[in-house]
Amino acid sequence: MTAPAEGIAALPVVRKQRNPVLQSEAARGLGLISPTFIYAVIFLVIPIVLVIANSFWTQNYLTIDRTFTLENYRIALTDPIYRDLLMRSLWISLLVSFFTVVLAYPIAFFISFHGGKHKGLWLFLITIPFWTSYLLRVMSWKVILGYNGVLNATLMGLGITNGPSDAFLYNTSAVVITLTHAWATFAVLPIFVSLEKIDRSLVEAATDLGDGPLRRFLRITLPLSAPGIISATLIVMIPTVGDFVTPRLVGGKDGVMIANAIQAQFGKAANWPLGAALSVTTMAVVTAMAASVVLVIRMAARRIR
Amino acid sequence: MPERSMIEISRVTRSYGAFKALDETSLTIREGEFFSLLGPSGCGKTTLLRMIAGFDTPTSGSISVDGQPMDGIPANRRPTNMVFQSYAIFPHLNVEQNVCYGLKRLRLGADEEKRRVEEALSQVSLTGLGKRGATELSGGQRQRVALARALVMRPKVLLLDEPLSALDKKLREQMQVELRRLQQAVGITFILVTHDQYEALAMSDRIAVMFGGKIAQVASPKEIYQRPVNCQVADFLGGMNFVKAEIVEENGASMILDTPGFGRVKTDKPAAFVRNGKGATLGIRPERLRVLWDDATDKYEVAGKVVDRHYFGEITHLVIEIPGFDKPLSVTETNNFGADDIPVGAPIRLAYDPDALVALAD
Ligand SMILES: Nc1ncnc2c1ncn2[C@@H]1O[C@H](COP(=O)(O)OP(=O)(O)OP(=O)(O)O)[C@@H](O)[C@H]1O
Ligand SMILES: [Mg+2]
Repeated sequence: MTAPAEGIAALPVVRKQRNPVLQSEAARGLGLISPTFIYAVIFLVIPIVLVIANSFWTQNYLTIDRTFTLENYRIALTDPIYRDLLMRSLWISLLVSFFTVVLAYPIAFFISFHGGKHKGLWLFLITIPFWTSYLLRVMSWKVILGYNGVLNATLMGLGITNGPSDAFLYNTSAVVITLTHAWATFAVLPIFVSLEKIDRSLVEAATDLGDGPLRRFLRITLPLSAPGIISATLIVMIPTVGDFVTPRLVGGKDGVMIANAIQAQFGKAANWPLGAALSVTTMAVVTAMAASVVLVIRMAARRIR
Repeated sequence: MPERSMIEISRVTRSYGAFKALDETSLTIREGEFFSLLGPSGCGKTTLLRMIAGFDTPTSGSISVDGQPMDGIPANRRPTNMVFQSYAIFPHLNVEQNVCYGLKRLRLGADEEKRRVEEALSQVSLTGLGKRGATELSGGQRQRVALARALVMRPKVLLLDEPLSALDKKLREQMQVELRRLQQAVGITFILVTHDQYEALAMSDRIAVMFGGKIAQVASPKEIYQRPVNCQVADFLGGMNFVKAEIVEENGASMILDTPGFGRVKTDKPAAFVRNGKGATLGIRPERLRVLWDDATDKYEVAGKVVDRHYFGEITHLVIEIPGFDKPLSVTETNNFGADDIPVGAPIRLAYDPDALVALAD
């Protein structure tokens, strides 16, 4: 009779020993994540909460009236100016992410499949232009696309046009071109990573089963690199919607984007609540667009058989 | 079985710089044959298989499949299919889509396609798993999918690169039997790469043993096991006792060797035999030696002393010193008669069959 009794008595002892271990592990875990957590709260959560709070208030000349109102959202969603700006920004970011991915994919593909032993070197080389300031790169596009620019000179030199044209700069396409160039490298990396992860024997198996280079690219490589295409698209799309330097410098009147309007509300117009409401609206719409683009790419990848 | 040749490999060399992964290899593989390429790691088995499949090109020499030279024909247009060592199951497709991957291009029509997929799945006992995702399969199931995916193409030759090496022992043995049965059912020429001699012996019609980019011997499992051409082949295929012998007489196809224990023996002369002074090597498999109990006698016997004993459950492995031999002999004896109780140090007599003695080139 004593043996089972001992067994029962022994159980809580074991438990007691384990509990402090668990506690200290949990404590250590919390300790480990707390710097990141505090950082995230200070730099991410608080600003967003402030912006959202502002969007429900009203600007009263120099003071802010803190009574709850949806008036800012009414303006942001119904005023044709803001609606057009938002639509244009979404359209530009969609175009930019499309062209960026189309441009970056072959580069990533070449480095991953034909880079040999020097993949790292290739990746390093394509980042070199990005060591110069973004402003300088935007300015150089001005030099290329401008009235007295390289493009006009070339076209005239080749006899394609008679005189210089002002059609290249200060419009939507100038913004798209500049942003595409700026973001191409960032899109190369996620695509490269997803291509690197593809087991080469899968490509060989597709060949073995009768697929030529194009078919096996479409049926194996492309769908398996969909995660890379998705992250590249998101990496480019989300920040470009909110870009305001590029439209200001090369966009002209046609190229103004929503961020320029938001900046105006926080700056000259001094209507922070409206600016905040525009920001929150933009965030929500971008999230929705990003989600639908992800869905579309996923579905496209699944359709390929 | 018709003795028509399916694959002709003539003087194929594959060099990586100065290193020859394959060196002037020639080989004929017959139609409908289960053929194994056996050899230690790095001997060039995969290299040879990949050149047949078209993933690699010979530095020199040529390969033809079913009478058609393969020079310049890319892998996707060869009448061969491969089961990859890693199986290479497409992760974004389910079992059915994997199996019908190669059929899609042939535009057979939905009904015919479905029929062939079903047939292939039943051949590898995967009926009903068609809708399973590629990532939801066990190792054995993945291997079956890879097999079905290749078989559904009805290739002239099926190439298998160590298809069983990732499976555990029990499943591997089961798959060996199934693979052999499947090959006999479909009648397709199978070329199996393996470094497991038991696998090759159990499954093949013929085996090519390779060392260092060269083929040492091509023969049936029984012949390769019982009549290896040299010590390397003999050793690779399982335990073998090597005894130094003196050449008494050598002519055309046979020779007479003399050893202190076995006396004078007449044996076949191996094809690769090169006389090197007066000596030669005589080999005998450990299971071809038999312990003589009590007063039993045999026409052919040698006497010695037990120096070591290893117990393996159904068999016991005895190490026996014979006066005049440079190395002790290994004997495997089933445990029916108490071989596991023979004390170390006891005197012992062994019977042997002179036909089991083979002359070996070094
Ligand atoms: N791309 C390459 N560059 C240089 N040497 C290579 C290359 N591929 C293979 N080799 C060499 O060729 C030899 C044969 O390789 P192979 O893959 O055919 O061996 P294997 O017989 O299949 O061995 P294992 O049983 O280990 O798979 C090896 O020594 C290997 O190091
Ligand atoms: Mg190999």
